[in-house]
Amino acid sequence: MNITVTLFAQMIAFGLLIWFVNKVMWGPLSGIMEARQKRIADGLAAAEKGKHEQELAEKRATELLKEAKDQAQEIVVQGQKRASEIVEEAKDTARAEGDRIVAAANAELEREVNQAKEALRTQVAAIAVAGAEKVLKREIDAKAHEDLLNDLATQI
Amino acid sequence: MSQAAEGSSGASTVEYIQHHLQNLSVGEGFMTWNLDTIFISIALGTLMVVVGGRVARNATEGVPGGFQNFVESILEFVQTQVKDSFPGHNPLIAPLALTIFVWVWLMNFMDLIPVDLLPLIGTWIGLPYLKVVPTTDLSTPMAMALVVFGLTLFYNIKVKGLGGYLKMFLFHPFGKFAVPANIVMTTIEEIAKPLSLGLRLFGNMFAGELVFLLIALLGGAAALGAGLLIWFPLQVVLDLAWLLFHILVITLQAFIFMVLTIVYLGMAHTTEH
Repeated sequence: MNITVTLFAQMIAFGLLIWFVNKVMWGPLSGIMEARQKRIADGLAAAEKGKHEQELAEKRATELLKEAKDQAQEIVVQGQKRASEIVEEAKDTARAEGDRIVAAANAELEREVNQAKEALRTQVAAIAVAGAEKVLKREIDAKAHEDLLNDLATQI
Repeated sequence: MSQAAEGSSGASTVEYIQHHLQNLSVGEGFMTWNLDTIFISIALGTLMVVVGGRVARNATEGVPGGFQNFVESILEFVQTQVKDSFPGHNPLIAPLALTIFVWVWLMNFMDLIPVDLLPLIGTWIGLPYLKVVPTTDLSTPMAMALVVFGLTLFYNIKVKGLGGYLKMFLFHPFGKFAVPANIVMTTIEEIAKPLSLGLRLFGNMFAGELVFLLIALLGGAAALGAGLLIWFPLQVVLDLAWLLFHILVITLQAFIFMVLTIVYLGMAHTTEH
């Protein structure tokens, strides 16, 4: 090989090219690529964090749901208990009311019976007086025999 | 008569090949400027810097588009090679490797352009010779190898210190009881590095170019006549086959040059010897 000035020209060209490539191409592009790498890494980290948070939220939601279910269960039990209580109360009230109505009816009945008895008694007394008048063919002074008549009426 | 024709045909074959392997040069002896080599290599280097610079200027941090993606994948490829075979950190190595890979590939790529096309255009504009592949001119591979060698020397001395580097010559392969042999061995080893680096690229590209020339001769040798019917298709098929194979070769040679550079510089940065 002849060592010529071409060799040195090529060496200089090569050196300059390395410098240019570093300055114009490698430097900016690798900077951009690094920035993108960082962005992707950040994004992945954020996604990971979000996933973690979501897991936590899910867990909390499950807990809340469970709590709510328990509470609902309790409320239902309480409600059932209360309902049976109300039913019992209603039954008691109804029974008392019925008793009261029956008692009132009985009292009314008795009163009416007494009334009827009284009326009957008076009528019987009148009939007895009328009968006695017929028998005696004379008028009986009701006033004079009031005591007697009353006595009779009570006896009937 | 026929012997004479054969003789002239042989002579023209040699002439044809020699013509294609002749640099367009100015000056004599040491002051020989191989204009074609210098011009084409600088043009390709400029192309690389301009295209790369434009991509870098328009590059976006977000989702990269088509060509930016392509350039970035080359960058990433080079970066991976550097990371794999270079210990420690040196901000010069990656751009150096990228320059070597792309520039050598572009210069090798000139080999795939039909061998007669550019020289023919050259004769139209008055250039008597044109050797289109800069890497088939020994000056280019050797210039690159020497720059790499210079860098290895620089980093050897910078990392190991001058004393440490010289100590390597004294004690390196066989220990302290064979100092003369060590000096010889290590010197050969160090000198063989740039030589093999440059000559490997040159040899491969030169041989590839020569095969292209020989294939191009097939059709021409038959000249006009019935033989053309056989030789011309054969030439096309062979040319295509060698072209396809050569795509692999040019990429491989660029890759080897880059990786060896990284490895040599990596060796310069280690202090274990």
